[in-house]
Amino acid sequence: MKKTLQILTLALLLAGMISSVAFAQDDAPTDDDVNAIAKQLYCPVCENTPLDVCPTEACRQWRELIRTQLSQGMTEQQIKDYFVANYGARVLAEPPRSGLNWLVYILPPAIILLGAFFLFRSFREWTKASATASAASAERGETSSPAKDDYVARLEEELKKRK
Amino acid sequence: MTENIPQKRGVPLWAQVSIWLFIVALLVLIGVILSKRQQGTVQPGDKIPDFRLPLFSGYEYEGQSEVKLSDFQGKVVVLNFWASWCKPCEQEAAELEEAWKFYEASGDVVFLGADYVDTEPEARAYLKKFGITFFNGPDMGTKISQMFRIRGVPETYFIDQSGVLYYVKVGPFTSVDEIKSIVAQKIP
Repeated sequence: MKKTLQILTLALLLAGMISSVAFAQDDAPTDDDVNAIAKQLYCPVCENTPLDVCPTEACRQWRELIRTQLSQGMTEQQIKDYFVANYGARVLAEPPRSGLNWLVYILPPAIILLGAFFLFRSFREWTKASATASAASAERGETSSPAKDDYVARLEEELKKRK
Repeated sequence: MTENIPQKRGVPLWAQVSIWLFIVALLVLIGVILSKRQQGTVQPGDKIPDFRLPLFSGYEYEGQSEVKLSDFQGKVVVLNFWASWCKPCEQEAAELEEAWKFYEASGDVVFLGADYVDTEPEARAYLKKFGITFFNGPDMGTKISQMFRIRGVPETYFIDQSGVLYYVKVGPFTSVDEIKSIVAQKIP
């Protein structure tokens, strides 16, 4: 009986240790957690390289920094703010909506809208011109050429035969 | 016989003028940005605007946790940009420290280290590894390095007693004598 109790106590202790290790591991930020933030940031040293895929030593240090900050309970926004304060706004994959950066957000849709407007306008003018030309030719009593009518008639006949 | 020719309606004049003005303004803006990027570093003879450098704890200047360039009016300032991830920086770390030790007592020369896009634990480890004692701090938001338009690290800027840049060293120093010879141009 005493032996059984000892075994039980030992088993409980072991189970407790394992579960505490498991909890500790659960709390530690995973690579995916780190990369979820790192991909929103760019390497400040090597141009146009997102932090999550950058192979340099500097980027490795920054990813470790993100991991440390996550384990300290910092939020995604707090980490991004820290990076901007330390390395400048250029580290952000999405530029902040301020100053000249607004051009990045306004210009492309503005150019697309302007293009769409001019296309619409041009199409309308072409359609009008074509309608006016048809009306004018109808007024002049012009019909389509007999050769063309003959061709259409033959085409329709062939189609009927195939049915 | 008269024929009604439909009058072609074009884009209004105000819209044409606006579009052209916008395109010209955009091209000017792109031109300015590109020319700034191709300017290279600040040049000897340029007056250096005042800047602030926060200092790492343990690397303060006369008890201040932040210094301004104007604090060193009347002294030669040796401003070194470095980073812990920069291998060439390691080549000159010992030389810079030795040169600083040589001038420290005179009080005529100040060495400032601006840590460029780095993480503090690694930066501290680097300073400790090379036994660096001169004033050092992070270039927060890369404001100072952008002001100097540095191309990389290490780069060192020598500023004279009146705040005018007189020498730029791109890359690592090869000897203490090299640093001394540049400082000697202003302090014989």
